[in-house]
Amino acid sequence: MTTSFRIFQFAAPARFYRLAGTLVPWFWAAFAAFAAIGLYIGLFRAPTDATQGDAYRIIFIHVPAAWMSMVLYVVMAFWAAIGWAFNARLASMVARAVAPTGAMFTFLALWTGALWGKPAWGTWWVWDARLTSELIMLFLYAGYLALVSAIDDPRRADRAGALIAVVGSVNVPIIYFSVKWWNTLHQGATVTLTNAPKMASSMLVAMLLLTLAFWAYAFAVVFTRAQAIILERDRHAQWTADAARDTGPAGNAPAIPT
Amino acid sequence: MIWNSPAEFFAMGGYALYVWGSYAVAAACMAIEPVLAVRHHLRARRALAAGGER
Repeated sequence: MTTSFRIFQFAAPARFYRLAGTLVPWFWAAFAAFAAIGLYIGLFRAPTDATQGDAYRIIFIHVPAAWMSMVLYVVMAFWAAIGWAFNARLASMVARAVAPTGAMFTFLALWTGALWGKPAWGTWWVWDARLTSELIMLFLYAGYLALVSAIDDPRRADRAGALIAVVGSVNVPIIYFSVKWWNTLHQGATVTLTNAPKMASSMLVAMLLLTLAFWAYAFAVVFTRAQAIILERDRHAQWTADAARDTGPAGNAPAIPT
Repeated sequence: MIWNSPAEFFAMGGYALYVWGSYAVAAACMAIEPVLAVRHHLRARRALAAGGER
């Protein structure tokens, strides 16, 4: 078997379960390191903004949370679609594991946005394109979660969830480009791939470090939740009983069926 | 270090409510969610170890 094919062995829930258990502690370590350095630079090193004062420091969690909310939606819709199109059970389980974390980051983006909007714009909330489309994404996450939990047959629930996830993914580019397409109160992108960032380098470094921290956090939590979902969904398989009896910290399955 | 005293740091130039309100809620969410996920995982393991519905 060539290396290029070996990656697909993780499509077996038993192997993915073991891989996730091994990786989760490393993601937590990465999260702790990136968050500690990022917060230190953001709160103790980055200078006070000339126009916004220290209120701008909300950016260090607001922007990473907003990015994660969109990235995780795309990840959720992608795996839900794969699970639907190729009848891949693990892909659907991963989609379900992603949704609560995506919803949490969407809530954080909205919450920190409101707390930033008050000092910056004089209002907690406006019904402008950026804020409204982000709120719609929170409802899409909630709709996905409600739908998959309301249908008893897991594979039927996966397919119904995939439909709402895929249809809702049109909202992601709307969020991203909303500040260009409409005249919004929300400012345009501060950091893009094509232009030089419009902020001091210490501010940028802190924001990117916290983005990496949030990525690591998302992997750690999503993999832990995926492990739980796999055990529940595969409870009739012999390997899950073996895995549950194994008391190792990572919850490693001792014997992997082939 | 850009602050002259701890009080100045916590005051955040008069924006303490907004800055710390953001960081506190983010910290709370990102502390609670992993606990729920780990408890979910442990619950699934215990149900299997108990031999539940096989």
